[in-house]
Amino acid sequence: MKLLTGNDLKSGLVTWWTGKNWSINIEDAIDVGEDGAAILAAEQEAQRVNSAYIIDGDETSGAPRPGHIKDRVRALGPTVRPDLTLKPNDANAIDKVV
Amino acid sequence: MYKYDHYDQSIVDARVAEFRDQVERRLAGEITEDQFKPLRLQNGLYLQLHAYMLRVAIPYGTLNSGQMKMLAHIARTYDRDYGHFTTRQNIQYNWIQLDQTPDLLADLASVEMHAIQTSGNCIRNISSDQYAGAAADEVTDPRPWAELLRQWSTFHPEFAHLPRKFKFAVIASKEDRAAMRLHDIGIQLVRNDAGELGARFFVGGGMGRTPMIGPMVRDFVAADDLVSYAEACLRVYNRYGRRDNKYKARIKILVHELGKDEYIRQVEAEFEHIKTLNLDPPKAELERITAFFQDPDYDILASDDLDLCDPDFALWVEQNVKTHKQSGYAIVTISLKPIGGIPGDASSAQIDIMADLAKKYSFDELRVTHAQNIVLPHVKKSDLYALWQKLDEAGLATPNLDLISDIIACPGLDYCSLANARSIPVAQKIAQRFSDISKQKLLGELKLKISGCINACGHHHAGHIGILGVDRKGVENYQLSLGGSGAEDVSLAKITGPGFDEDGIVDAVEKATNVYLKEREGDERFVDTYRRVGMAPFKEALYD
Repeated sequence: MKLLTGNDLKSGLVTWWTGKNWSINIEDAIDVGEDGAAILAAEQEAQRVNSAYIIDGDETSGAPRPGHIKDRVRALGPTVRPDLTLKPNDANAIDKVV
Repeated sequence: MYKYDHYDQSIVDARVAEFRDQVERRLAGEITEDQFKPLRLQNGLYLQLHAYMLRVAIPYGTLNSGQMKMLAHIARTYDRDYGHFTTRQNIQYNWIQLDQTPDLLADLASVEMHAIQTSGNCIRNISSDQYAGAAADEVTDPRPWAELLRQWSTFHPEFAHLPRKFKFAVIASKEDRAAMRLHDIGIQLVRNDAGELGARFFVGGGMGRTPMIGPMVRDFVAADDLVSYAEACLRVYNRYGRRDNKYKARIKILVHELGKDEYIRQVEAEFEHIKTLNLDPPKAELERITAFFQDPDYDILASDDLDLCDPDFALWVEQNVKTHKQSGYAIVTISLKPIGGIPGDASSAQIDIMADLAKKYSFDELRVTHAQNIVLPHVKKSDLYALWQKLDEAGLATPNLDLISDIIACPGLDYCSLANARSIPVAQKIAQRFSDISKQKLLGELKLKISGCINACGHHHAGHIGILGVDRKGVENYQLSLGGSGAEDVSLAKITGPGFDEDGIVDAVEKATNVYLKEREGDERFVDTYRRVGMAPFKEALYD
């Protein structure tokens, strides 16, 4: 699957394309398939996110999972600060990243 | 410490106002990210892996307790309650919001701080010896010269668009605590046989993907000519440094490709020309700056006696307390490397505590070290025990300065968009493996440095043991290097062989230390033994 990601203009936080908008939760991301480039161009025009790009991913346990560790770290948060990740109460969250 | 004059403050305030306008225009969509990016970078604002990151300049690593308090305030108010002290003696915040940045910068400006020249192809924050002004072995305090260079280089129009970023280090001791020869220009202040003050210039050092030790290009530049000579070094670079390939754009490549002798010839010609222009700052300006760096009001009757009957205190004194030039005083290093902690990180509460302790015990002064620790430079020996107790309560009394757990580590893939592998978890695992302080003491001075990519922010080339994280088909892998040093015995580490996975690299470090314990003679440090016996016994232990 293909995922579209970037950083929110105002907060800088990692965001994922949901089909209509952007979400900081990768669970909300959709497979942009072949439409990624067109969405990317339109969103760059809208200037809501910075540095957007398309990545490869797959679906694991019903949720999108980025193919590369760098994007998995982006999706979760710093692995060395579980308290600052998006899943601070999931003891196994970091294992899924690494 | 230096105090801003009207000009300094006006420059910084004007920059805050300018950036406020730029941010408003960006948020309103009036300028694109491509247009805005160079503007935010000129104010230290990066877009990192998770969010915007702000790098705040701490000139030559020196700050007062009020400034330190402000750093705590910023961590609490604008970030997630912590900051990260860096290998450039700066501090970084990892979770900054763009719309709040102008207010943050205004807060910084209120205590004479900023984030200018912490990014971009300009002369970056000048680094120096964290013991400056307190070290017994210095020929003069290097900070007035660092400050003079800071003022000269700030917004210098000729050097605002260099081929690549440019880093100075200024020291004044034989002992190099600033990795001086691994900077673009390293300046060592010295006295000649006549007792006159001058400087040795080393040009073309650096780490990154092409590590080089800066060769000496002049063994004595008269103090009055120091700025002119630096200007000549930079002019030759600005004229001929490569702009077609960022990986070959640093001055080290120019010096290497031209050859040291030809580079020197061109610098000397340029220097002769500059001398005709009378560009050196007036002596009165250096004297004005120097007046801010007078010794504090020491108690000349202070005693050197220390009660070391508390063994934990004695251990900390032995490891983290160094000789001061003034009898009755000591230099204290606060380790930001608790076992299992994140090297260089400090919470806002810890930053506040360090500020309060500096005010009470160190004439209101702190230093940030390139090894990501904090120094209280002027502590009365009779105050050491009370200070240690307060540090201990705050989790800031780890007695591991220059031991294997005093690890330099870049933010790595946990925070940095350039990184290929995580550095911090490796540092944590190694520190935990060697958590027994007696084992660390047995190993003695051992500088372990970890970078999460080839840019080498974690100084792995200069580690007695260096670790470089790489991406091997999407999986983190770690290369081990041995024999580097950023000190006066400067050397570049050599790779041992194939890399290791995250757990394997921890085992590999332990195997390397076991070879050292087996092979060492007398008081040899790890790096001394490596230099004597060579790589072979280490490779044998690591790969057979």
